[in-house]
Amino acid sequence: MSVSTVRAKLLRNTGFYIAAFAASIFVATPILFALLGGFKDNQQLRENAMGLPNPWHAENYLDVLADETFWRQLVNSVVIALATTFIVVAAAAAVAFVFARFAFRGREALFTLFAAGMMFPFAVAVLPLFIILRTFEMLNSPLGVILPQAAFGLPLTIIILRSFFNQIPAEVEEAATIDGAGPWRFFAQILLPMSRPVLATVSVLALVGSWNSYLLPLVVLSKPTWQTLPLGVTQFQGEYATETAKVLAFVMLAMLPALIFYAFAERQLISGLTSGGTKG
Amino acid sequence: MTATRPPGRVSAHAGRAANKVTPRSRRGRRLAGATLAAFISPALVLFALFVLVPVLFAAYIAFFRWNGLGGMPTDFVGLDNFRTMLGDEVFLGDLWRIGLITVLSIVVQLPMAFGLAMLLHQKFPGRTAFRLLFFVPYILTEAVTAVLFRLIFSPRRGFADAFLAGLGFDGSVGWLSDRSIVMFVIFGILTWKFFGFHMILYLAGRQNIPEELYEAARVDGATGKQLFWHITVPLMGPTVRITVFLSVIGTVQLFDLVYVLTKGGPFHASESLAITMYEQGFVRNQIGYASALSIAMFLISLVFALIYQRYVLSRDTQGALTTTAGGRS
Repeated sequence: MSVSTVRAKLLRNTGFYIAAFAASIFVATPILFALLGGFKDNQQLRENAMGLPNPWHAENYLDVLADETFWRQLVNSVVIALATTFIVVAAAAAVAFVFARFAFRGREALFTLFAAGMMFPFAVAVLPLFIILRTFEMLNSPLGVILPQAAFGLPLTIIILRSFFNQIPAEVEEAATIDGAGPWRFFAQILLPMSRPVLATVSVLALVGSWNSYLLPLVVLSKPTWQTLPLGVTQFQGEYATETAKVLAFVMLAMLPALIFYAFAERQLISGLTSGGTKG
Repeated sequence: MTATRPPGRVSAHAGRAANKVTPRSRRGRRLAGATLAAFISPALVLFALFVLVPVLFAAYIAFFRWNGLGGMPTDFVGLDNFRTMLGDEVFLGDLWRIGLITVLSIVVQLPMAFGLAMLLHQKFPGRTAFRLLFFVPYILTEAVTAVLFRLIFSPRRGFADAFLAGLGFDGSVGWLSDRSIVMFVIFGILTWKFFGFHMILYLAGRQNIPEELYEAARVDGATGKQLFWHITVPLMGPTVRITVFLSVIGTVQLFDLVYVLTKGGPFHASESLAITMYEQGFVRNQIGYASALSIAMFLISLVFALIYQRYVLSRDTQGALTTTAGGRS
């Protein structure tokens, strides 16, 4: 490699770093503001919004962590997300299985019906859903959030699972049938274990969708018992309007589970979240 | 990965199947009917109760004046709610703001994501760290993000004002309270939140372009600029078209972020279609009118999707319409 190509490469890399660092500052500043702001007191936030905390205060974070409400909302969010995921993946896997492996009358029409569900923005249904849930006395019940979320997650989950199940060779099924496995055993003991990667993908989609959900819990969960973390954060800000530092600590702690999940399951998370845009 | 099965069953079953083909298959078909129902019904019941019925119910209520109380709506008003809507300045403003955010996204946000994707496609030390960092805003909850940005852009105590003061500008900007700038602040936050998602899609699209094309063109003496405009850009077309689609659909359905940030204010200046629907339905109990708004939202998404599918996505592989809406859920 000659001197001039080395220099050109160095110049090129410098350009890359300038652009990448500019974008990094854009992305990281708000998060650092929350993280560091949580360690300040309100006077510091007013007079020293940009700098490091001096002195560092851990009270804001400790107060939130000692707050029973925070933990209850965290647990609620986790329970609702796990239940939603389980229901949507189980129901979608079963129906995607028969769509992919069996011929029956009305199959394409039924599949189109489910797929058409992709076209309904959730906001379109939220008012009638509220009225229906009120009629069935499911307001303020976790099921009032879980079941509609699972239902709205069905179309994408079914589409992704069906296309994966389609690709499993017929020989696998024939071999299982010859070995005496009926459709139930083939589904539960062969198809699902073979589909672990795609099940992980759709589970991540459902988990994240439920975890981030705001509009449905907002209208369904008016009592604090089952309220989730996104509702909790907005309410906390309303209650502690003058204590910005404490709200920043709450915001940071509410972001933490997603950040930890991202740190450990980055690959699955990215492939899951972008699969909706690239499959097809 | 394979399931275990008890040994010694292969021959037994093979023998039975060979002996009694006809009765077995008949029984199998009847069994298949019941089995079929068992596999389909959980999803179908869930879908019917919580998706189909509410959507059809919304379409029905849209033709009534109704406060949501006392059984079913009775005051049929025909198309009145839709006529009201077309004269409602807030609704027309919602449409204008959808257009504004769409144009800004296509002119600013998507090119920025595209540029960064091309950058991160190059090999240089640390690019994985940048890629991971740029995706972080997308994984955060919209409502939580909105609370953070409310504090950043809050008057007096806000970080944004302090930042400007640090640059020598004094005084407080009404980031979220000035009608003339609130939409641009919201657009900035949307860009912060979503450019990483589009960047990852572009990066995946770029990685799918075979390197041989570039090598062949280089052998023929193509310059870097020519490689970009004649290979990268055309072959990125399908990915770009999908991201524009996802961006527009996401804009039409915008709620969480804006509602928590401004509740649509000041004086509807940042209101989205879903916020108008929410305010009319859940705050003012105009259930009929709110349903008409939600049907309008559905029709806007549908018409856009059909036109886009017909004239833009049709160049690409089929099936895109039904497999794209999961991007922003």
